[in-house]
Amino acid sequence: MRKTVSGALCLLFGILVWAPARAFEINLKPPASPIAEQIYGLHIMVLWVCLGIFIVVFGAMLYAIVNHRKSVGHKPALFHENLALEVVWTIIPFLILAGMAYPATRTVLAMKNTAGSALSIEVTGYQWKWQYTYLPYGISFFSTLSTPPAQLADLAPKNRHYLEQVDHPMVVPTGEKIRLLVTSADVVHSWFVPALGVKQDAFPGFIKATWFEADAPGVYRGYCTELCGKGHAFMPIVVDAVTPAQFAAWVAAEQRGKKTAATAAAKAQASRGHRTLTASRAARSS
Amino acid sequence: MEAVASHDEHAGPHARGLVRWITTTNHKDIGTLYLCFSLVMFFIAGFFAMLIRAELFEPGARLFSPALYNQFVTMHGLMMIFGVIMPAFVGFANWQIPLMIGAPDMAFPRMNNWSFWLLPFAALLMIGEFFVPGGAAATGWTMYPPLSVEMGPGMDMTIFAIHILGISSIMGAINIITTILNLRAPGMTLMKMPLFVWTWLITAYLLVAVMPVLAGAVTMVLADRHFGTHFFNAAGGGDPIMFQHIFWFFGHPEVYIMILPAFGIISEIIPTFSRKPLFGYASMVYATASIATLSFVVWGHHMFTVGFPASGQLFFMYATMLIAVPTGVKIFNWVATMWRGSLSFETPMLFAIGFVLMFTIGGFSGLVLAVTPVDIQLHGTYYVVAHFHYVLFSGAAMAIMAGIYYWLPKWTGHMYDETLGKWHFWLTTIFFNLTFFPMHFLGLAGMPRRVADYALQYTTLNQVVSIAAFGLGLSQLIFLYAIVKCIRGGVPAGDRPWEGATSLEWTLPSPPPYHTFETEPVIS
Ligand code: HEM
Ligand SMILES: [Cu+2]
Ligand SMILES: [Cu+2]
Repeated sequence: MRKTVSGALCLLFGILVWAPARAFEINLKPPASPIAEQIYGLHIMVLWVCLGIFIVVFGAMLYAIVNHRKSVGHKPALFHENLALEVVWTIIPFLILAGMAYPATRTVLAMKNTAGSALSIEVTGYQWKWQYTYLPYGISFFSTLSTPPAQLADLAPKNRHYLEQVDHPMVVPTGEKIRLLVTSADVVHSWFVPALGVKQDAFPGFIKATWFEADAPGVYRGYCTELCGKGHAFMPIVVDAVTPAQFAAWVAAEQRGKKTAATAAAKAQASRGHRTLTASRAARSS
Repeated sequence: MEAVASHDEHAGPHARGLVRWITTTNHKDIGTLYLCFSLVMFFIAGFFAMLIRAELFEPGARLFSPALYNQFVTMHGLMMIFGVIMPAFVGFANWQIPLMIGAPDMAFPRMNNWSFWLLPFAALLMIGEFFVPGGAAATGWTMYPPLSVEMGPGMDMTIFAIHILGISSIMGAINIITTILNLRAPGMTLMKMPLFVWTWLITAYLLVAVMPVLAGAVTMVLADRHFGTHFFNAAGGGDPIMFQHIFWFFGHPEVYIMILPAFGIISEIIPTFSRKPLFGYASMVYATASIATLSFVVWGHHMFTVGFPASGQLFFMYATMLIAVPTGVKIFNWVATMWRGSLSFETPMLFAIGFVLMFTIGGFSGLVLAVTPVDIQLHGTYYVVAHFHYVLFSGAAMAIMAGIYYWLPKWTGHMYDETLGKWHFWLTTIFFNLTFFPMHFLGLAGMPRRVADYALQYTTLNQVVSIAAFGLGLSQLIFLYAIVKCIRGGVPAGDRPWEGATSLEWTLPSPPPYHTFETEPVIS
């Protein structure tokens, strides 16, 4: 009996943890920002605490299940109280939690500290796209899902970045603190990039500040994480982190392009609405 | 404990057939109605879950539109919470509280009838939403404005249904409080009450406190929709975040409303099958009361990403961590009850042990989410879905199943089929874990919740989840069959089918006569 129980438990553990650990990702994305790094550490810390408690509590329960069963003739004890024990197992968890709260508090304060940013970008959620406005540079554009409709409708094979690609990504310099001013034009959205450890809800009529910093150049993909209607799954976020030099070049190009496109865009907007504007910008930037 | 069950000449119901059930004021009949209603809703809401998992089986699969998908998600959540878990617990309360405290019936039998009979109308309203222009509410069960202000008439029906359900819950809660405080048999002091009765007493106070808050929140949405107010519209001087505060001030106590009676059921079952009294009865009562009190000051942990100032985030983080302490105490007490007992593993006990193990896993993920920075990473992802299904399915729902197997012999007079019960337990446990454990991984990897479609990196795990979910859904048919079979016949249960059971209901015949404790039993 003892063998069967422990065998079954090993099997369950294998199915639940070991197998997926080999086959898929089971942890947070590799952190790509200082805050994501801290979140990663906090999460691992809590998991160790949980594992410790799990082993003690369910070790005891398993021991009782195996040894204190009626079928092996175990006679019930009659105790039903023990004040000392009760006090101990109230205080110990309390102390463990206090120990967890300390590093967590430091990270909370760090996440809240938007001071000293190099660049502020206004992020506006729409049903169902994002708008990024680079406040110091007068650059502003929409960022819309660019997965071809045929793939969405299952009429064509899906590409690698199905639902994680946009026409015009947010471009940021690496190694700099980027302050985001997040708001919405309609319903509540939420701007989330897993690897960068940043998430902020977007409310119409309110501006909420948060920040992130990309450690290394790369493309970081994310999603809207607040249900915002039928297009909720279809307004991804792509952050293109480039070196500061490349970023300066990108800003210059955007500003040049803006001038030349301005007259054409104004005409197009008058006749066909600003949808075309986004499209022409998309064409220009790709 | 000694009890005298008395019989009189008109021992049965006054009416027959359908009229009996519509006019009944008998707590046993009404308990049965609640439980049957809950079971029906379980299969309807469960069917929506199957549709959700079918759509998510692979990326892009367009079984139905994302708009309809959101409606299924919303109705799955609302129906499971208000149509399945809460009515099931009220059903248990109706059947068990009078039997456990030696009362002849509930304190307000007519109001009891009305509290139940409101429910089917609310359910019809919610189902009817799918047939009005624009379909059902598609906001998620949280109904955040401005989205909920923009919805079609389905939203108004949801609001109306919530009002009805709220009235029903409040009346039920008042009835339970009055019954427990006034109708206890002589000698049944508060600190002698079975823990199930205690947890329900505390739950009932929570219900009275927060259901009006929810009613207020949805009424403000209604006013914003139709009466020109701007409670949640910034352009009119309102604030959409205020809705979230009000909603979660209801919402967090609500999650404890859905778990405290489960704690009560488990605290009855574990001592019975350990043949040993509950360890730390008094501390269980205090832990329940402190959980209930603390539950009013932690609502902000559902809103860590709205952008509180640091002080707000820290307050809610500390408070949330604190609530894990009394929750832990409960788990330790259950394990200590089993320790050096004389354990046997009939179906109710299997479900109870499964509850302790898997509810704790849900508590662990709660702890992970209590840490604000980690929550900011995981909020709005599948990790949260994993967390609340561990506490609500393997927690609340499996405690309900445990309670059904435990008391069905008492209610019907027949033993259920033990083989079926065991199959039901093992299949449910295995498929449950295969369905919901991988959701932790999906959430950690970043997959948002409430999406109708997803990126290719999440495909494999979603397929595992969907297949397991179908298995989980099918396994519940065994439950249905086991219940029906037990009602129709089986080995006679006798007064006390469980040798370790000590509470008052086991002194009565099985099934108990239509009227019980017409003369007060004396508790020694
Ligand atoms: C140790 C105890 C617990 C802790 C520390 C805890 C903590 C949390 C936190 C921090 C969240 C917010 C997650 C997010 O949306 O970002 C959450 C969500 C949730 N919890 Fe718990 N929880 C605990 C126990 C429970 C119990 C007992 C229940 C119900 C029986 C429950 C039901 C829920 C539900 C339904 C949600 C999600 C609501 C939604 O967004 O739709 N939790 N929990
Ligand atoms: Cu969204
Ligand atoms: Cu909560």
